[in-house]
Amino acid sequence: MPNDNIASGFLPGQDLALLLTALAGQGYRCIGPTVRDGALVYDSLDGVEDLPSGVHIQQSPGSYRVEFNQGKRLFDWANGPQALKPLLFAPRELLWQVERSADGQLRFTQQTPESAPTAVIGVRACDLAALELQDRHFLETEIPDNCYGVRRHQLFLVAVNCTRPAETCFCVSTGDGPSARHGYDLVLDELDDGFIVQSGSARGNEILAQLELQPVSAQQRNAAADATAQAVDMQSRQLPGRNLRDQLFANLDHPHWEEVATRCLSCGNCTSVCPTCFCYRELEQPALDRESSRHYREWDSCFTQGHSYIHGFVVRPDTRLRYRQWLTHKLGGWHDQYGRSGCVGCGRCIAWCPVGIDITKEVSAITAPPE
Amino acid sequence: MNIATHYPHEAEIIERCQESPTIFSLVLQLTDPAAAGQYRFTPGQFNMLYLYGVGEIPISIVSDPARPGQLIHTIRDVGRVSHGFSQLRVGDRIGLRGPYGRGWPLERMEGRDIMIVTGGLGCAPVVSVINYILRRRERYGRLVILQGVKHSNDLIWRERYAEWEQQDNTQVLLAADAGGEPWPGFIGPITVLFEHARFNPQQTIAMMCGPERMIHASADVLIERGSRIEDIWISMERNMQCAVGQCGHCQFGASFVCRNGPVYRYPEASELLAKRGF
Repeated sequence: MPNDNIASGFLPGQDLALLLTALAGQGYRCIGPTVRDGALVYDSLDGVEDLPSGVHIQQSPGSYRVEFNQGKRLFDWANGPQALKPLLFAPRELLWQVERSADGQLRFTQQTPESAPTAVIGVRACDLAALELQDRHFLETEIPDNCYGVRRHQLFLVAVNCTRPAETCFCVSTGDGPSARHGYDLVLDELDDGFIVQSGSARGNEILAQLELQPVSAQQRNAAADATAQAVDMQSRQLPGRNLRDQLFANLDHPHWEEVATRCLSCGNCTSVCPTCFCYRELEQPALDRESSRHYREWDSCFTQGHSYIHGFVVRPDTRLRYRQWLTHKLGGWHDQYGRSGCVGCGRCIAWCPVGIDITKEVSAITAPPE
Repeated sequence: MNIATHYPHEAEIIERCQESPTIFSLVLQLTDPAAAGQYRFTPGQFNMLYLYGVGEIPISIVSDPARPGQLIHTIRDVGRVSHGFSQLRVGDRIGLRGPYGRGWPLERMEGRDIMIVTGGLGCAPVVSVINYILRRRERYGRLVILQGVKHSNDLIWRERYAEWEQQDNTQVLLAADAGGEPWPGFIGPITVLFEHARFNPQQTIAMMCGPERMIHASADVLIERGSRIEDIWISMERNMQCAVGQCGHCQFGASFVCRNGPVYRYPEASELLAKRGF
């Protein structure tokens, strides 16, 4: 067994199963990327054979295609539609319920979701950045979110540095990738014959200590560094700056908002796949016997009519105003609220937009200096 | 026990008052003595009121903070939940959680003259302040109340305005865009009232709520008359569902109205106020 001072080492490809075994031994349920319904999704892993071997993904505006090749790599793709968001901020969940007695008395009960310790394999740098933002939103506040918190505190994160960004990726320009720098328990660099494993936390050290790691050679380190440099070079998209707050709010009446609105379907796909979007609506489901009622929340989107409704009036009745709200908040208001932009450059909103609206292009058009 | 959380506590309707054909007030009492004993609020804050089986709405607390055991909420019958509330009677139980948000700067106002500017029916958040000041009259200077309505028939609590007008060092001015008979006030937008208001702009703290365009226009007049922009405070309204700054519906620029507001210092909100779509 390696001594405790070793914070990194090389794990031969065929030994990856040991990582899953070690995690299971610590009581973690393992979740990882797997191909389902034509996309990479996070699902329970029974073993390494569930991981997407030889899978490559083509993403472009309005398009996401899974391709299979002869390669042996397991993480040779950028991302799927889901980030970590659904694992922590559930798409729909019960918040509380109330029982009404025959004489009309109400008894309220808060619900705490059941949650098991969960390890996620194959987390991307962009998604770790998004997680940090969602932590700020849901937990670093006066009244922290219980449902999110219960799951978050039981999460073990195994990041894998990105070596093949999609055409839609722009994490270099937001400063969030392609390599994970913090926020993980373990991080892997995938090489042809195995992984460089490095720990980022005390819990990570515990798992690392159980793996039969070999010393990392200089050649292996160089290969990982080259792969990262290549992943940086592969990105062609970028936002025109890290802080666009003032430029966006100075251009609220720019004609390009209307131009986007002629294409945007206001469907909310972008907000669903966005790893930082946090809006939810609350809704009520009374039981048929009228003796109890359940109060849920489910993901909402600022692209819906109901999102800005107040007593008979809709603040944002049209698509121009909704797209402008989304973007001025994501890239503007977030700086004041959370200390940085709400965009981590994952590119999901570009790929999953049914009409291929490209946030990098729209923002560039809106913030470009007048000619 | 803090009940400004994510889920409600039971409250009983101990009194009900029909203020106008569509506006009514409910006096609520938390049924759990521990919750009731802990409950404190500041005028300008709001509660989330829950109608069994239907849902929640945010409602300002208009009663006096010195009597936190009896919480008065004035509600307009305008939507699914508020209509349901309009059908309830004394003794019925609802859910209550709160108070939420930032209230009016009552301590900062002590020793100052006060101007209240309200429009439409959105006066509930400031009625609590007016009552608060009148019960502690010696702590404040001059009180000027400006109220605008669309139609003179929209004015509720006429007798209260008449009563307020009788108080020392207090002026009440009313304006209606359209007036019926008899109408004791002026005809026109609320800004016409500033010509008749007797106040020292440098000495006055203004508190406003109502339509954003009205607030914007009134603030312009006040600033032109010499008021300091930091002495103008406003109360905002947006869709609120969680009330704890998480669900995102009340997003207003870089703030959550439920948590950072609903009361704002004017410069905090002026940039986007009355800007369509925010």
